Amino acid sequence: MMRPIATTRSATGIPTGRLAVWWVIASEIVIFGGLLGGYLLHRFGHPEWATAAAHTNTMAGGFNTFVLLTSSLSAVLAHAAAEKGEGPKAAKYLGLTMLGGLVFLIVKSFEWTYEISHGYTITANTFWSFYYTAAGLHGFHVIAGMVIMGFVAADAMKNRELQRVELIGIYWHFVDLVWIFLFPLLYIAK
Amino acid sequence: MAESPSHAHDGHAHAGHGAHDGHGGHHEESWFVHYFWSTDHKMIAKQYLVTGMLMGVIGAYFAYVFRMQLAFPGKPVPGYGLVTGADYNALVTNHGAIMIFWVAMPVLIAAFGNYLIPLMIGCDDMVFPRINRLSYQIFAISAVLVVASFFVQGGAFGGAWTAYPPLSAKAEYSLTPAGSSLWLIAVALEFVAFLLGGINFVTTAMNSRAPGMKAFDIPIAVWMIVIASILFMASVGPLIAGALMLLFDQMIGTGFFDPDRGGDPILWQHLFWFFGHPEVYVVLLPAMGFVAEIITTFSRKKMFAYKTVLATTFATGLLSFFVWAHHQFIAGIDPRMANVFSVTTVLISVPIAEMCFVYIATLYGGSITFSVPMLWALAFIAEFLLGGVTGIYLGSSGADIYFHDTYFVVAHFHYTFFPIAIIGSFAGMTYWYPKMFGTFMNEAWNKLHFWVTIIGFNGIFLPLFITGASGDHRRIFDYTNFPELDTPELQSLRVLATVSLLVMLVIQPVFLINFFYSMFRGKKAGANPWKANTLEWQAASPPPHGNFPTLPEVYRGPYEFSVPGRDEDYWPQNSPN
Repeated sequence: MMRPIATTRSATGIPTGRLAVWWVIASEIVIFGGLLGGYLLHRFGHPEWATAAAHTNTMAGGFNTFVLLTSSLSAVLAHAAAEKGEGPKAAKYLGLTMLGGLVFLIVKSFEWTYEISHGYTITANTFWSFYYTAAGLHGFHVIAGMVIMGFVAADAMKNRELQRVELIGIYWHFVDLVWIFLFPLLYIAK
Repeated sequence: MAESPSHAHDGHAHAGHGAHDGHGGHHEESWFVHYFWSTDHKMIAKQYLVTGMLMGVIGAYFAYVFRMQLAFPGKPVPGYGLVTGADYNALVTNHGAIMIFWVAMPVLIAAFGNYLIPLMIGCDDMVFPRINRLSYQIFAISAVLVVASFFVQGGAFGGAWTAYPPLSAKAEYSLTPAGSSLWLIAVALEFVAFLLGGINFVTTAMNSRAPGMKAFDIPIAVWMIVIASILFMASVGPLIAGALMLLFDQMIGTGFFDPDRGGDPILWQHLFWFFGHPEVYVVLLPAMGFVAEIITTFSRKKMFAYKTVLATTFATGLLSFFVWAHHQFIAGIDPRMANVFSVTTVLISVPIAEMCFVYIATLYGGSITFSVPMLWALAFIAEFLLGGVTGIYLGSSGADIYFHDTYFVVAHFHYTFFPIAIIGSFAGMTYWYPKMFGTFMNEAWNKLHFWVTIIGFNGIFLPLFITGASGDHRRIFDYTNFPELDTPELQSLRVLATVSLLVMLVIQPVFLINFFYSMFRGKKAGANPWKANTLEWQAASPPPHGNFPTLPEVYRGPYEFSVPGRDEDYWPQNSPN
């Protein structure tokens, strides 16, 4: 399909793709905002949730925070390489970012397996319902980001559509940032 | 057009010189691709329009069935049969949900947004044509799901379009285990479709305007659709999260909204109405935009206060995020909070009233033509006024305690939503029909349709203000069980409302037949039959794939009518002199 001229125009001076990604993120912020807002209101009303939260694995969560932040670093390096027109190098950095996402998900699945096998299931109480829903929704975004990143990296390898490296990077930083909110709210706050 | 996307900044350079040659022209599309797999914004607009009209027929049929039950309780309804309590609840619930999510949204925002934005800002398509197509496809699936929910075990969801838990959260209460979840999934998919569409609209309007079109040269209709899309985007998130939580409550037994298990049903009400009230303005604004286009064109006058309209729109948009709790005045919220929300609710009528005054001032002293679109536009202002004024009663927390959940509320919001969804859509459809299909609709039939619809509408809802004020609760399906409400006076008003509905429904085929017949047999309309200024009228009717032979440049604002010293009383935006 040919790209319409509409796509190539830029009355704001911001490239269309980047503008759209910011709007995607704006709408995502209110989705997570609503979920976390609901969680916070409940949390203030239920001090006893602290005992449930005490069963989350802060070490594993902390490790995952580190992994995800590091994966954002390689996303930045990928962007820098793409800016210089070095597609294959950008693709390699994106590969590292995807690897970070994979490690994050593997750690997460061990955590969840442990918790579920100890009876802390999504229906155990409302804290655990929020825990699995919020972290699950976030994990879904990690997976979606990795899939899209795979396509972007495959293109970048052939030096195609290099502007998309930046776009998926912006999205990945957002997913990272959501976790920065989730980690203290679900793990640290006891 | 072989430029690479990395040259996205220099789009202007291409716009003026006809680099664009109508890329649909030189390869044959199959029938299927043309109608169902098109990425052309105009075809997607028509898909949304036709789907919306079809869903409108379904929603109207539901209204017919439950109004018949209310007027003639316990008698079999012709074309349906005996209405049970569960049927009644499912019909009312889905009438509301369908009319808002599958009629007002697709027609006002998606159909007209898709059709008008690229044409009115002078470009060839949306910025993301394939996402646009995906948006319609997701919407179509959601429409199929909501209709399918009537044919599953237990029947369709009957917990009202607001889906308050605990009723909506547990199958033991709702008795519609599959219906509730299907309904919820359909609504959530519909949101996804409109998020995709909205991002496309906003990005297109921000980035793809014709060279020379500055912010205040953008037609009001485009502004309104874009602001509405932003309102939608900023308000629907919490409800998407809420829908996920409710779905988990329904399907895997979490207790987010179950007080027994540490949840809170009022949380749903907050999440729902944080979206639900801005949603009123999401659909109102596009209709307001159509009215602005129509009254300037048919009074041959410049918009009285273009920037004031924009300022009031921004004010409305902002305020609309701070009124939601007026839906919870009797849900046990803190009375101090109720006071705050009373004030914001009454306050929001100020910018809307301002907008109506600007429209009336635009009419003042103009050379008015009472064409069919103009009749609809004027009716919009008149009828919406009644909806707005009765909103003041309900926004006052004291009065609302009495009026809450009565037919007064039903009549009030139909005086807002009917002008928006039905009058606004008819205004838009009759105004842009010649552009969409290249022909005129029959005006005499359209005028008949207009008057019967308007008289029928008022005949339905004026009586319901009275029954509501007399105590008719809105969720009762058979008043004979309530001796104090089962009086001959109230019953005759209910019958009057139902008969008025029948009158209104009987005339609708006249419009539908006119709509489809005129596509093939209507009088040919030229490019600019109304002599309007905005860019869509400078393209052929109907515009080909790619819209303009040469993409236009813009030299002035959209409402330069009757400018002194010119031979013609209009001055197209793209005309150099």
